Amino acid sequence: MSKTLNRRDFIKTTTATTAGVATIASGITLTTFAANANENPVTKDKRWGMLIDTNKLTEANIDGMVSACQKEQGWGNEAHSTGDQKASWIKKLKVKDKATGKVTDLPLMCQHCEEPPCVDVCPTNASMKREDGIVLVDRHLCIGCRYCMMACPYDARSFVHEELTDQREHMPRGKGTVESCTLCVHKVDKGETPACVASVNSDAVIFGDLYDPKSNINQTLKKVQSAQIRADLDLNTGVRYSGI
Amino acid sequence: MNIRYEETQGRSLGFYALVAGLGVLILAALGAVYYMEHNGHHVTGMSNRIVWGMPHVFALFLIVAASGALNVASIASVFGKKLYKPLSRLSGLVSLALLAGGLMILVLDLGRPDRLIVAMTEYNFKSIFAWNIILYNGFFVIVAVYLWMMFERRMNNFTSKAGLAAFSWRLILTTGTGSIFGFLVARQAYDAVIMAPMFIIMSFAFGLAFFILILMASYKWTERPLGDAVVNRLGTLLGVFVAAVMYFVAVKHLGNLYLAENAGVENFILLDGGIYTQLFWYGQIILGGLIPMGLIYHPALRGNRSTLGLASVLVLVGGVIQLYIIIVGGQAYPMEMFPGKEVLEGYGGIAAYTPSLPEIVLGVGGIAVALIAVTFLVKFLPFLPESLADKVTDPHYKA
Repeated sequence: MSKTLNRRDFIKTTTATTAGVATIASGITLTTFAANANENPVTKDKRWGMLIDTNKLTEANIDGMVSACQKEQGWGNEAHSTGDQKASWIKKLKVKDKATGKVTDLPLMCQHCEEPPCVDVCPTNASMKREDGIVLVDRHLCIGCRYCMMACPYDARSFVHEELTDQREHMPRGKGTVESCTLCVHKVDKGETPACVASVNSDAVIFGDLYDPKSNINQTLKKVQSAQIRADLDLNTGVRYSGI
Repeated sequence: MNIRYEETQGRSLGFYALVAGLGVLILAALGAVYYMEHNGHHVTGMSNRIVWGMPHVFALFLIVAASGALNVASIASVFGKKLYKPLSRLSGLVSLALLAGGLMILVLDLGRPDRLIVAMTEYNFKSIFAWNIILYNGFFVIVAVYLWMMFERRMNNFTSKAGLAAFSWRLILTTGTGSIFGFLVARQAYDAVIMAPMFIIMSFAFGLAFFILILMASYKWTERPLGDAVVNRLGTLLGVFVAAVMYFVAVKHLGNLYLAENAGVENFILLDGGIYTQLFWYGQIILGGLIPMGLIYHPALRGNRSTLGLASVLVLVGGVIQLYIIIVGGQAYPMEMFPGKEVLEGYGGIAAYTPSLPEIVLGVGGIAVALIAVTFLVKFLPFLPESLADKVTDPHYKA
């Protein structure tokens, strides 16, 4: 007796096939990514950080850091956004001590906290921290609720207020999602330093593995006075400052 | 005493005019959403400093009011007050409708509303927001079950149990809504545990004000009897809730003033914050607090429905203003990034925000969605008692 395909069977078969293909396909994708990661595994043994010595940094240095970041990541030329709507992954701050009147210039960006409030509040896990301490936004999961921006004590995040064109290949940005400093994760994973650090090219800004006792940043932090911004919040930031 | 519930006729010219009016508001809101989502948020007044603007003000206002609107039913089934029992069905309905309106605004103001499915499937259980998504969805289910227990005669015996569950759930829900702000350690204006109970008491006032207006309007427009026993009791209760909100506001600000680190933001809201200070004193305190209490408690106005209606409207207007001050004012004041230091450049100062028309239209659209839902559902299901005359409702009625 020949079997005719009725509607129910058709739906069953199609569903099963689709589910099967989807499972296998996602498995393949995962394997592909895993293969890449294996060459340079991201582990808890590292903690990427940055030490910024404001006494050694000139205003021009800081401006250079900002433009290096813009060039590397392709932000800052939004055509329609105005004022505070424009993206700002790193900015120059001028701070005056209320008692002594001492003025300090410093660059401010995502501080890559060990306990990031943005990650805590994100409803969809789009805000996340890599094992090596880099705090990132997964733009495929970000629904644009902006709760992370409410939670960040450093005003470090930007919301994309308009349609964007001409983006960097390694940095897809999207209207309606949130973004911030990635510590140039695409370069760090290749063994390079972040664009802003490279632009200064002196020991005024040191990048490296905070945990590695042989690293420059680890050794310098043991010697010099340094501070975390809003240390009272106990977020244990990856970006440290000396001279403030 | 037997209460008979009956659908409204919903065939009058007034009914169609109401539906058409609300429909226009909803269409306008959808148009505004298309405009904002198509262009991106740069067409709104929002920015990286004021990330939540007018839509969040309306959304949280409606969500807070929603949980409060359920109180009338809770008073009947949890606290056993007979006078409120005939009002329970409407109370559940208003509550669900307001929540739907509020959530609609919240979702449509997302940067990526098309990714709602992500929000429903990816949960970070450390996030108050994620908890709120669960709490809101759960609220729909629990109140729907609660309504079913009320509607279905065979299930009537379970009403008080379902009512207790819904009452507990709503307290947790509003705690969650208040905690959205209460847990933001970075910002001076928030980060206070009192936010959660304050939001609960705000919900009592806003929800009841909505309920009173909807109740009086629907009985007037359907020409059903509505006795003074019910109306006056609800009015007095509203006065108590408004006073309680003002008490919480006073405690919050006085408590904050005690801490030197909060002196700046308190000065900003209470003294020199320009528009925010004016909104606080003239809008929230006088218009939304003192005047409604005067209208409710003044002996000459007792039992006057017009002034009770006006008082309810003012409570709602004051509520929107209060949320505006909390949400927008709280963001406008800069974060204290460098204690003991002054930021000269790069950050700081009061962030500017002017609500754009599409944002306001979206917010009003959310209210319209809530009202149109009530308008239709009372037509198709028997939510409203055919009479709420004193002899039907008042257990102590003497002819």
